[in-house]
Amino acid sequence: MAEITAKQVLFEPIFSNNPIGLQILGICSALAVTTSMNVTLVMSLSVIAVTAFSNLAVSLVRTQIPASIRIIVQMTIIASLVIVVDQILKAYAYEISKQLSVFVGLIITNCIVMGRAEGFAMKNGPWLSFLDGIGNGLGYSVMLLFVAFFRELLGAGSLFGFTLLSPVSEGGWYVPNGLLLLPPSAFFIIGLAIWGLRSWMPEQVEEADYKMSRHTHKEAF
Amino acid sequence: MAKSKETVSRTLLVALVLSIVFSVVVSTAAVVLRPAQIKNQNLDIKTNILSAAGMLPQGASAEEIEKVFSQFDVRLVNLDTGEYVEPASVDVKDPMKYDMYKAASNPEMSIKIPSSEDKAGIKRRPNVARVFVLTENNKLKRVVLPISGYGLWSTLYGFVSLEGDLNTIEGLGFYAHAETPGLGGEVDNPRWKAQWVGKELYDEDNRGSPQIRLIKGGVGANTADKEHKVDALSGATLTSRGVQHLVNYWMGDRGYAPFLKKLREGEV
Repeated sequence: MAEITAKQVLFEPIFSNNPIGLQILGICSALAVTTSMNVTLVMSLSVIAVTAFSNLAVSLVRTQIPASIRIIVQMTIIASLVIVVDQILKAYAYEISKQLSVFVGLIITNCIVMGRAEGFAMKNGPWLSFLDGIGNGLGYSVMLLFVAFFRELLGAGSLFGFTLLSPVSEGGWYVPNGLLLLPPSAFFIIGLAIWGLRSWMPEQVEEADYKMSRHTHKEAF
Repeated sequence: MAKSKETVSRTLLVALVLSIVFSVVVSTAAVVLRPAQIKNQNLDIKTNILSAAGMLPQGASAEEIEKVFSQFDVRLVNLDTGEYVEPASVDVKDPMKYDMYKAASNPEMSIKIPSSEDKAGIKRRPNVARVFVLTENNKLKRVVLPISGYGLWSTLYGFVSLEGDLNTIEGLGFYAHAETPGLGGEVDNPRWKAQWVGKELYDEDNRGSPQIRLIKGGVGANTADKEHKVDALSGATLTSRGVQHLVNYWMGDRGYAPFLKKLREGEV
């Protein structure tokens, strides 16, 4: 592999190597916290902070970590950072932390964080790893905000809590699409986004796992 | 280098140093941020109480909330006798520190509700509840009572605010639930909540059993007993049923009715 540059690690994960779009990681929280833009934004910032600093910390101590306990070391670092983020949110953004509830804690199990720590920070220097964390956090955020944009606009008729399409329940004209407030709708939106992304960048399309072989003899009917 | 870091003693050392460093980081964060978090939690409870009572000005600041809330007397009530009890009897100094839902899971501080009575899926009822009483010029003005019960997916937690006659509802709201957004989740809709204002809990001659019903098809001018009836949430039969049952349970004989009776007669 050629020398990797700071620009690459920072911007590649946003579209050409998106953690949700291409690697299909972090789907759980993408379904759970994307009903409104405010909540999604805070979740995104939390994930960016955690991936960036866990990458930095793992990279700093990577030469000291014995291979036999490396996963548990990474886990400890990530878990501690997540607890700190959770505490900060509870102290300074209580309303939103209540809505995020367990999902801040579940950043620990977000595959993106662990994946980057094991896959990138263990092999690269602190500065690049830090940028890689921010880059992947951004890639996650872009996808989440994209999903939340449609879910909040069409599901509740508002963006960032400001009503744009006034819903019938408050005397307006817009009949909100209830499906979009439920988690499964995020699957459809992520699916459409991945479709769009892969039409734009066909190199992201994976090779089929198997090929249908031709019929060799005539079947019953 | 590669070899030396794979020894057992090295592994233990790394694990030990790592644990110490991060326990310091985590506990520092927890200790430093604690006061701000407690303030937020208390403010949150107060905000919920005031919004159920319809006393929350638009975009109120933390100071305004504290100021309005300070008019309330926070009291603990024994639900069986209907009398006030001292905070010390439930091992707290400040009634604001008492958590009746935590008490409900403690067998010594709660009773099991027999399943025949437990239509709202409450399961256990604490012996002591925390109520908020507002008096003005020695006259009872409003009482805010905590209520809870099971809807479709989740336990709903909320407050109901009663006027000084202890019969007319002044406001009702839930601050925590996980009902379906757009259907049962509409319990948060201000237009739906507005319907509760002015409804009456009890019939004139029977102050023990509340008559609240959530009905289909809306409440019109000709609906019989319309002072007890509220339009149910469309598409949310089970949430509506849950709300009806939980209001009737908490306002009934096993809930606040003994306390309200004594309060009405000026005995407490």
